[in-house]
Order: sequence, then C-alpha cells, then structure tokens
Amino acid sequence: MIEAQGLTKSFGAVTAVRNVSFRAADGAITGLLGPNGAGKSTTLRLLATVLRADAGDARIDGVSVRGEPLEARRCMGVLPHAAGIYPQLTARENITYFGALYGMARAEREARARELIAELEMREFADRRARGFSQGQRLKTALARALVHRPQNVILDEPTNGLDVMAVRTLRALLGRLREAGHCVLLSSHVMQEVAALCDSIVVIAGGEVLAEGRPQAIREQAGCADLEEAFVRITAREGVA
Amino acid sequence: MSAVLEVFAKEFRENLRDRRTVIAALIFGPVFVPLLFAVSLLLMVEHTFPTGDVPLELAVAHGERAPNLIGQLREYGVHVTEIAADDAAARAAVVTHRYALVLAVPPDYGRRIAAGEPAPLLLYADSSDTSTQRDLTRLRGVLARYNSVLARLRLMARGIDPLLLSAVAPQEVDVSTPASRSVLVLGMLSYLVLLTMLMGGFYLAIDATAGERERGSLEPLLTLPVPRERLIYGKVLAAGAFMLLSLTLTVTGLAIVLRFVGLERLGMSVNFGPATALAAIACCAPLVPLGAALMTIVAAFTRTYREAQTYLGFVLLVPTLPLVFAGAMGLKPSTALMAVPSLSQHFLILSLLRSEPLPSGQVALSVGVTLALGALLVAAAGRLYRREALLG
Repeated sequence: MIEAQGLTKSFGAVTAVRNVSFRAADGAITGLLGPNGAGKSTTLRLLATVLRADAGDARIDGVSVRGEPLEARRCMGVLPHAAGIYPQLTARENITYFGALYGMARAEREARARELIAELEMREFADRRARGFSQGQRLKTALARALVHRPQNVILDEPTNGLDVMAVRTLRALLGRLREAGHCVLLSSHVMQEVAALCDSIVVIAGGEVLAEGRPQAIREQAGCADLEEAFVRITAREGVA
Repeated sequence: MSAVLEVFAKEFRENLRDRRTVIAALIFGPVFVPLLFAVSLLLMVEHTFPTGDVPLELAVAHGERAPNLIGQLREYGVHVTEIAADDAAARAAVVTHRYALVLAVPPDYGRRIAAGEPAPLLLYADSSDTSTQRDLTRLRGVLARYNSVLARLRLMARGIDPLLLSAVAPQEVDVSTPASRSVLVLGMLSYLVLLTMLMGGFYLAIDATAGERERGSLEPLLTLPVPRERLIYGKVLAAGAFMLLSLTLTVTGLAIVLRFVGLERLGMSVNFGPATALAAIACCAPLVPLGAALMTIVAAFTRTYREAQTYLGFVLLVPTLPLVFAGAMGLKPSTALMAVPSLSQHFLILSLLRSEPLPSGQVALSVGVTLALGALLVAAAGRLYRREALLG
C-alpha cells in the first residue's frame, strides 16, 4: 500500500508538486491521471526516493520514504519513464543484475529470472544482447527487472508510451495478474481511455495538485457528467490549471 | 560491499563486450603504442648508425684554383664533384637541393694563400634543412683540419713551435653509461605509459556515468536499495581495473618490443627486463584510483556521451602537463616534486630505466601522496552521486 501525505517539491522557483496526498490500495490498480507537465513523474520520483520531498512524506507499506529510503525501496519495484536497459547485456543478465543489487543470492535470482521470462513471454530473446531490441522487448525486460525482487508495490511511469497494441495487451494482462495476487499497482498516464479501462481508482492531478480522487464512477459524479473524459476536462478547467 | 562488487562485475563484463572500449583500452595502448615506439626508435637507429661509412658529398666550384685543398679533401674521404658555377648558380644549386653542400673557391684564393693571408672560401648550405646538418658539421671538421695543418706548416717554416697554438688541451670524459644514454631516447616512454593507462579507463568512465544517464538506465538504478555512493565506487573500481589491465599490457608490450629494437647499436643498453617492467607497473599503479576517479567525476558532470568525450579529452592532458613542464624546465627529481602525482611516476620510471637506486623515502612519498589524492577524489565522486541533480 502506498500513502502520499502532503508531498511538495520545488525546482528553483518552480513548484512541481504541491501538497499531494492520495492512497493506492493493495489488490488494486491506481491511476495517476493528468496532462503533460502536471507533476505525475515528479510525484512518482518522490515515491521512488529518486527525488527527496521538500515537505510531506509517503509511506510504502508503512515505511517512510524520507525516514528509511533504502528500506522503502525494497518494498517497491519501479519502472521509470523511458527506462533504459544495458545494451551489451542479455535480457536475462539485465534482470539478474538488478536481482543481485537487491541482494538476492545467485540461485534465487536466476530462478526468478526464468520465472519472469516465462511469464512475460520473453523466451525467444531472453539470451540475446539487448542492443537491437524492439520497444516491446525493451519494455518487457525493464518490467521484469523491476519485478525481480517480488515487490508488493509496483510503480510505473507512463508504461504504455510508444508501445504497440500487442505489447499494451501483455502489459495489461500482467498488471491484472499483479492485482489478482494482491499487489498495489500505481501507474501514471495522460491517456484517459487507458486509465478508464485499467484502473480501479483514479487520482486526477494537474498543476502539481490533486484535483480529484476516487473510483471512476465517483470522479464522474463529482464532475457531474457521465463521460470520464468530459469529467477530466471539467475538473482540470474548473481549477484553471490545465 | 557486495553491491560495489556487483556493479564492478557488471561494468567490467559489459565493457569487455563493447568494441570501442576494448579497442581503446586493450588494443590501442598495448599494441599500437609499443609498435609506434619501436618504429620511431628503429628509424632513429637507422638514421644515426651509418655516419662514418658514407662518403661526404661535396660540389666544388673552381676547384682548379685550389688543387692542394681538393687533393686533401679527397684524402679525407670527401667525394668531390667539380661543377662550373658562379655565386648565383651555387645558391640555386643548394636551394633546389641539386647539391646539399657547395664549396666555391674565389679568384684571389691562390694569391692570398701564397701571401700567407687568410684565404676566403665560400660554403653554401641550407641551415633550415636538418638532413644536411650532419654533413655540414663533418665538412667543417675537415676544413678545420686542413686549416690547422697549413697553419702549423707556416709556423714551422718561420721557426716557431706549432705547439704554441695549443694553449689548452681540453679533453671530454663522458661518464654516461649505456643505460643513462638510452634515457634520452626513452624519455617519452613514461609519457606514453601514463597516457595509455588513462585511455584504458576512458570509455568505461564515460559509459558508466554519462552513458548510463543518456540510456535512461540511471533512474532505475537509483531506485535500488543500494546507497548511491556504492554504485559510483563500483564504477570507479571497474574503470581502475581497465586502466590496470591497459597499463600491464602496454608495459609488457614495450618490454617485448624494446628487446627487438637493438638499441645497443646506439651504444645504449635497455634495462627493461621482466623485473623492471613489474617495477614500472608498480610505480604507475598508485595513479590508477586518482585517474579513474577524476575521469568518472568529470564524465558524471556532463550531460551526454559526446560532451563527456570532449571534456575527458582535456582530462587526459592534465596528468601529462607536469611531464611537459618537467621536460621544458629540465626539472630534476627532488623530494618536493615527488609529491606531484604523475610527475613522480615519470621520475620513478626514468630512475628505473637508468638502473638507479630508488630512494625509499621518495618512493613512499610518491605512492602515499598519489594514493591519498586518489582516495579524496573517490570520496568526492561518492558525494557527487548523492546529489539529486545527478539525474539532470
């Protein structure tokens, strides 16, 4: 479970994220929805402890990201925006390298890599160098790498960006399985339909602030319209930030 | 600690698979540099060796005015070619490289010789043409000899002891040993060794920092439960390992190549057996952490791979600057200078080549200061990686 409490972050004079609070529950997919530049990536980076919040805190399964960042990192798997993999390593080596840095023993990380390669249908390219991988192959490798230590919480920044239909379907199926297994999945997106199709809960964010939070149904009711896209436009327009 | 080793192992393995890194670290330095060095030495040997045996070529205008002189020149082994040329033609012959040296005998030569007055001789040569310098020096010597013989004969004819001409008799006693003479030739060796050592870690340092950020693999790495400074320690360690590998291979290559160059033909002995090679590696090795950390820090500050290449090009020059200054200013090893990294390594290598004993105090100072500075820079690299702005 991920709980953000009043996260605030400025870069110089620009406040990227202001007092952001929300909850992402276990056994659910939570979508961070907002236009470009809304502060989605910054929020996820604060959660992933890549950036340090100026104020506020977040708890990953109760562990404070500000107080115990190393411990908090163990509780989550992170797929940053445009995550790169190592071109001279094979897909399998990319996965086991991260396993090693999570402190997994050799036998354990190799077994886990086999498991992920099967689950993400990576067998045909698992032992090829990543240099010439397609976008979909790269995403699968990066995803497997983020899941190598069986994290309870999974954070994905715009995971479907630039993917073809088949790759998006694989990703959706995987996220669905993670939800069934009781994991907490938090993803960001600026694509309305994707969030509507995938997420159990939505956090609308714009101008660095949370404008609405709840189930898609609740968001629609809050905006007073039946269509989620219309609701999104109304909510962001009402605050004058989009 | 295990995270440092995991990062090290991954960077090492990944870069061994990268053609550019391998060429720069393990081919360029260890193979190319010794070969280049050997070729330039061989040329030097070929160039210096045959002096005395080749006859000196000299064109003479109006030789008929000085039959005695020409006869003497021929006796001294000068190959004389008689030509018909006035002043302008003699100049032109030298300028156009038809003849390297032209000796012209003026019309009043015979009269002045007979009268016992200084008789002028015109010697045309091109002082900007370095290839004729040796011939010119030889010719001057031959003419001086002729001059001296003639003068002594005149003194004797007047009943004066020609020994009066020799007020002092300087004699040079050359105390250089074959090994120390070779240092003149091998002076650039330490420079090459230090440069190739740095080249060994060059691409790895870039790939592990600027390259990692450009690929987008840095951010995922920072979400791992590993303190950031350990990541950079692993990368510095990998760059250092490549530098050490490059250093070892280059010195080995030089040791092998110098065996076949035949410097003893120049009257030099190359003291570069396995023991010296090992000692040279040991002298340079303390510079590895310093160089690896310096390159990693600079590369980590840059935004892209290309930018990193540009700035690291300058960094490669930094350790070679003290060597250039030392060469230009003729610096001699002193305790104070042994505290300058890269300069002290240069002095140590020179001493090794001269087979001089290494003062243990100076060695300790060189190793100590270099390692201490290296440790400082490694710590600085760790601090740098803790900064948030690292992501760019």
